[in-house]
Amino acid sequence: MSKTVSFITENFGKYDPNSIDSYLSIGGFTATKKALAMSSGEIIDIAKKASVRGRGGAAYDTGRKWAQAAAVPGDDKVVICNADEGEPCTFKDRNILSKDPFRLLEGMIIAGYTVGAKNGYIYLREEYRHLRPLIKSAIQQSVDKGYLGDNILGSGFSFHIHLYSGAGAYVCGEGSTLIESIEGKSGRPRIKPPFIKECGLFQLPTLVNNVETLAIATAILQNGVEEYLKYGTPQCPGTKIISLAGNVKNPGAYEIPFGLTLREIIYDIGGGIPDGRELKIFQLGGASGRTGSAALLDTPYTYDDLHKYNLVVGSGGILVVDDRTRVIDFIKSIQDFFIHESCGKCTPCREGNRQIAKIIDRFVAGTQRPDDLETALRFANIMKNCAFCGLGETAQSSLLSAVEHFPEEFGKTEVASK
Amino acid sequence: MKNVKIKIDNIDLVVPEGTTILEAAKKVNINIPHLCYHPDQAIKANCRLCVVEVAGSKKLTPACSSYVFEGMDVQTNTKKVRDMQKGILELILANHNQDCLKCLRNGNCELQALCQRFNISKTNLEDTVEALPLDNTNPSLVRDSAKCVKCNRCVEVCQKGQQVHVLTHSHRSVHYNIAPAYEAPLEETFCVFCGQCSAVCPVGAIVEKDDTQKVWDAIHDPKKHVIVQVAPAVRVALGDEFNLPKGSIVTGKMVAALRRLGFDKIFDTNFTADLTILEEGNELIKRVTEGGVLPMITSCSPGWINFIEGRYDHLLDHLSTCKSPQQMFGALSKSYYAEKMGIDPKNIYTVSVMPCTAKKYEAQRPEMVTNGVQEVDAVLTTRELARMIQSAGIDFAGLEEDQFDNPFGIGTGAGQIFGATGGVMEAALRTVYEVLTGKGLPSLNFTEVRGLKGIKDATIKINGMDVKVAVAHGLGNAKPLLKQIEKGESPYHFIEVMACPGGCIGGGGQPIKSTMDVKGKRIEAIYKIDEDLPLRKSHKNPDVEKLYEEYLGEPLGHKSHELLHTHYHSRGMKYDFSELNK
Repeated sequence: MSKTVSFITENFGKYDPNSIDSYLSIGGFTATKKALAMSSGEIIDIAKKASVRGRGGAAYDTGRKWAQAAAVPGDDKVVICNADEGEPCTFKDRNILSKDPFRLLEGMIIAGYTVGAKNGYIYLREEYRHLRPLIKSAIQQSVDKGYLGDNILGSGFSFHIHLYSGAGAYVCGEGSTLIESIEGKSGRPRIKPPFIKECGLFQLPTLVNNVETLAIATAILQNGVEEYLKYGTPQCPGTKIISLAGNVKNPGAYEIPFGLTLREIIYDIGGGIPDGRELKIFQLGGASGRTGSAALLDTPYTYDDLHKYNLVVGSGGILVVDDRTRVIDFIKSIQDFFIHESCGKCTPCREGNRQIAKIIDRFVAGTQRPDDLETALRFANIMKNCAFCGLGETAQSSLLSAVEHFPEEFGKTEVASK
Repeated sequence: MKNVKIKIDNIDLVVPEGTTILEAAKKVNINIPHLCYHPDQAIKANCRLCVVEVAGSKKLTPACSSYVFEGMDVQTNTKKVRDMQKGILELILANHNQDCLKCLRNGNCELQALCQRFNISKTNLEDTVEALPLDNTNPSLVRDSAKCVKCNRCVEVCQKGQQVHVLTHSHRSVHYNIAPAYEAPLEETFCVFCGQCSAVCPVGAIVEKDDTQKVWDAIHDPKKHVIVQVAPAVRVALGDEFNLPKGSIVTGKMVAALRRLGFDKIFDTNFTADLTILEEGNELIKRVTEGGVLPMITSCSPGWINFIEGRYDHLLDHLSTCKSPQQMFGALSKSYYAEKMGIDPKNIYTVSVMPCTAKKYEAQRPEMVTNGVQEVDAVLTTRELARMIQSAGIDFAGLEEDQFDNPFGIGTGAGQIFGATGGVMEAALRTVYEVLTGKGLPSLNFTEVRGLKGIKDATIKINGMDVKVAVAHGLGNAKPLLKQIEKGESPYHFIEVMACPGGCIGGGGQPIKSTMDVKGKRIEAIYKIDEDLPLRKSHKNPDVEKLYEEYLGEPLGHKSHELLHTHYHSRGMKYDFSELNK
């Protein structure tokens, strides 16, 4: 367990998340105070220096995103905290929300101050409704103590946070869909341009950040960027909260420094595979992520190293599947998920999933036809290249990567070319 | 606006900033495949057929929603692009009921044309069409979700253009569907049957209810005296179906074709349009001089009537009580005409050819009955008439011109311009001015009320009084005028509303691909006919004068009231939102 670290999660268990006084007693709102004494540009420089990549899954550089958001003209902007955490096998944000909600609020205040926003919205996934009272109370206590609302701590900066719950659609984790959902529309992605940074929620310039990203911002401002940069590798500094699940002895959310190998994560932190079984498949980044085999276990968990093998950090989910499960059955579970969650708006995702699901069903039953695999791959590639939003583009990641790593399970003798 | 230099398929071109790749490609004669894109609509980018390769971009780029930038290098026909486009077509086709030979859009279907273009002969996909039940229980439209490609053009036109808000998308993934809320049949919704959805559908998923067989049966029934009336907007659009230049005036050929089809008499709805002006004009004069409900709003567009009866039923008193020209004709055909010809009204079969799907609904309204028989027995859209002409093997373009028959064969220019937005207003003003002042108009052309601007208004001085009028076309444009009335702030005396964009020339029953460009050409043609006619004022129509002398007496008289006027009623389908608003 010594391989885990405590930077983003440093407050977990240290205070009572129901009480702002408890939070203040451990140095809460230091980051906010520091931020309010700085200029927007200074904060952006710190964010750039930390090179934090967006933790929702898209891995966009946070400093750059904030700089762009700050540069958009307008005095009525919006910061949205994406707490939709819908990726299967991803529950890191739930940990932050339940164990350290004030750190998240601070992150939103800092982001709002940096980009010049007046309002913040937390879009909480419907399944986390049990956290609503906690978050609402954290917001209210912050308002009562002057850390939120008009003229925060006499700085002249005013910022209000609103809590919204989704209705349970996975696709609402996508930025523009989330915005549609807050606006009361059905959860389907919006056409771009206009980009949401210029014309987002209620047609206002909008910044969307993941829960973890915002929590990191607070931690960095509180502890100093140098402290954060001590972790990780030179190319990929810092820490990351992973959600480890599936066939491991110790599933859970862990904060790790970048650079641990997948083997260290799964066997040292996760305690390895239970029941004396062998690892068969792992999937990184949730259902939309890619799969790998035991041959890749020594890959360091950094953006670049994973990228070499076509793997992604994504949401930070690490799902371990042991040799009791057939690859095709695993793929079927993913396909069932996407058949349920596609919004149906664009042809490749709606019809592609429909057709590929039929082929996967035949593979599961062992009744596949000679050209089935080729057809499935052809349409999986069409989805990847032509779908409207990230959901459709990545829905077949697991199939495409599984065929690469486990060709024999699909009746292929030679390894498929990329 | 700044220009940018780009390259499409190695062709250099300069286009204004803000042009999409799809539009830019059109300029160099490249037609990038598409189904959801429509030139008159907002960008949707959901069919994904228009993907192209842009140098420097790993993913494919949708051409309909991507804007050009300086130095952009686009390839529209690479192997990758073609493979993807073909694959997407295969996906659409696999969930599309391919009964093409039995489809009304056979030969005029955008999906069919694309499949031909990509030579799709066989796919490895399983065809499985999961669809909602056929919606064909209303008189106007048939919705077949088994053919729907989910392009959302109909949703766009229903929600944004018409603001009727009936068609929408529901459910998700493989259950994603285009339908009214709760998948209700159209007649149980606020659908106004304007048919604009059918006019933009790229396939046969929403079509007019086909009444051609009913009409053939009547023609072939020796006991029936079958007469037909043709609306003013049909003659400037029918030529489209026979590949004539857009906006061609085909009145003479159309009459000739109708005669060959076997109609006993061929009449002009322009005649009853003139009659409408006399009734409606006098109604306006009466309301203005005797303190009636103002503003008075026109009642010739049945889509509009359905709209106000559904959504604004508290404003029904503002509607003119006049029936539409179609129904005035129908009423006269089963009364005056029957008597004049000595034919039992039961044996007269009255057909109308209209640019409109809502006219089918209007003809079925229970109050549209004269002498115990339905006034109009069958309504054909322009598209259906074209199909009958094609079905009869008539070479339309080569026909000799023919003329309408009497006694409903003379229409003035005022009746003719009913087909364009602002036309009823202009026609009414021509008459009202002269009736009230007793003087001739200095100019017959009221240009302020012409054209494709959504809402137009004008002030005309009549006998020292400022008469204020407004014109809206497209139901969305009627809403601000109605809101003014609701608030008691309407400055107008008279308002013309046409349900369809551009007026009847843009009707839901007109030939497919009636884009705004085409509508502009039809409007030009309408005013050309008006200019060229010797008679341009409704009250100078000699046959209308004769009709009053012989039969009706006077405008708004007893007989007129009985035959030419009607009443409106709420569609009674208001949802109660009071709880929500608390």
